[in-house]
Amino acid sequence: MNERALNILLPAAVFLAALGAWEAMVAIKAIPPYILPAPSRIATTLIADWDTLSASLWVTLRITFSALLAAVIGGVVLAVLFAQWKWVERSFFPFAVIMQVTPIVAIAPLLLVYLEGSSAVLVCAFVVAFFPILSNTALGLASADHNLVDLMELYRASRWQQLLYLRLPAALPYFLGGLRIGGGLALIGAIVAEIAAGSAGRGAGLAFRIVESGYRLNIPRMFAALVLISVTGILIFLTFTVLSHVLLGRWHDSARTREN
Amino acid sequence: MMQQSPQAGLNVVRLRGIGKTFSNGTVALAGLDLDVRAGEFLSLLGPSGCGKSTVLRMIAGLTKPTGGSIDWAGGAERPELGFVFQDATLMPWTSVFNNVWLPLRVAGVSKAQAAPRIEQALSLVGLSKFRNSYPRELSGGMKMRVSIARALVLRPSILLMDEPFAALDEITRFKLNNDLLQLKAELGTTVVFVTHSVYESVYLSTRIAVFAARPGRIIQTIEVPAPYPRNDEFRHTPLYADCCRTASHALTGAMATEDHL
Repeated sequence: MNERALNILLPAAVFLAALGAWEAMVAIKAIPPYILPAPSRIATTLIADWDTLSASLWVTLRITFSALLAAVIGGVVLAVLFAQWKWVERSFFPFAVIMQVTPIVAIAPLLLVYLEGSSAVLVCAFVVAFFPILSNTALGLASADHNLVDLMELYRASRWQQLLYLRLPAALPYFLGGLRIGGGLALIGAIVAEIAAGSAGRGAGLAFRIVESGYRLNIPRMFAALVLISVTGILIFLTFTVLSHVLLGRWHDSARTREN
Repeated sequence: MMQQSPQAGLNVVRLRGIGKTFSNGTVALAGLDLDVRAGEFLSLLGPSGCGKSTVLRMIAGLTKPTGGSIDWAGGAERPELGFVFQDATLMPWTSVFNNVWLPLRVAGVSKAQAAPRIEQALSLVGLSKFRNSYPRELSGGMKMRVSIARALVLRPSILLMDEPFAALDEITRFKLNNDLLQLKAELGTTVVFVTHSVYESVYLSTRIAVFAARPGRIIQTIEVPAPYPRNDEFRHTPLYADCCRTASHALTGAMATEDHL
């Protein structure tokens, strides 16, 4: 068997074995589903409750990606302003740091006072996703090869030419790193804020389903919602990893396999 | 035979009383005078830390002197310059073709308009076949060729080179030395070449300025009166040996003035 197949099959086998052990333990010890549901029970719940869960999944996805989009636009624009004018960086970086270091769970109740439920959740997700994108992009813009910067100066390139031809491409790997972190954080921010908000009805996301299932002791549905959140997080990560490989494949060390 | 530009022998740029003192008080250069003559191949030879690279960067306008003056021929603006660093300093995210396009792109020339000039620059360094390659896919010597093509694409009247071959292996360096002489003969460009190798400076140059360190200054200039084209045969001539000996002596003298060695 070649190494490539083994690299995929081995983790898959271990994962399936773990699920099998879980299933067997629940069956042998006769653990009731309101304590710990078996994987098969979680799967059937996922199918049976799909209408409710998929509506909530859609809400969570929409909030996560709107927040991420806002964080990308805000983070990149601010990073470019930081790179072009040092005084902008000095003036505004403290705000970015304050936003980053204050735990989002602590800010959420305040935002809920000022904003309507779903907007507050969106802002929370934005706040946590914003900083890694801003700081990574700013670092990338500042990391352009000094000799190339000298060369630009020699050719009398304008500040914007320097940004467009040199600094932005040089920052791309850093930005993509920030995007991978920010993508995961946007989901976490959306979940945390929604738990704090506890909003019900049509606008309820997956986090609300978890809270609600907890109150009703509907543990299989709680697990089903958790599965959906994990899968979403994994898909976000994979999407951005693939995007990195596509964009950086031909030139950046991070996207290349070493030939030994 | 060597093509000389029309005003051969005239000064292209004149440096007078150049000094550079860093903010920490280190005197990098003091009272340095240097003329670059049109059409010559001038080497700045010296131990590391003697300020020869600083002089090159000052000619390029990348470093400002703290004293003295730099005057271009006829009191004009500085002409188009080409600069080659010790590293190839290519943009890793784009093709060889786009890397050579950069100086023209900054000057506002579209890719289509620039294409013939880029092709020509690439063929000068023998890399036409690699126009679509990425820098990662090239060897060290090939990357340096791309860097030279980029420097030549604007047809600069002066080519400034900062130890361009120092990081390459000897075989590649010899090959690139010959190619550089060939280019110089074809284009008639004035070259200012920073090196710490006596042999390289004698092989390539028509004139060598030997630097001493702390503070950086020129202690001797040596003419190398061998005609172009030169080839490996030149390395076996008595003139080559003589010039190497003179340059080595000057360099030893330069080192002797340093108290810490």
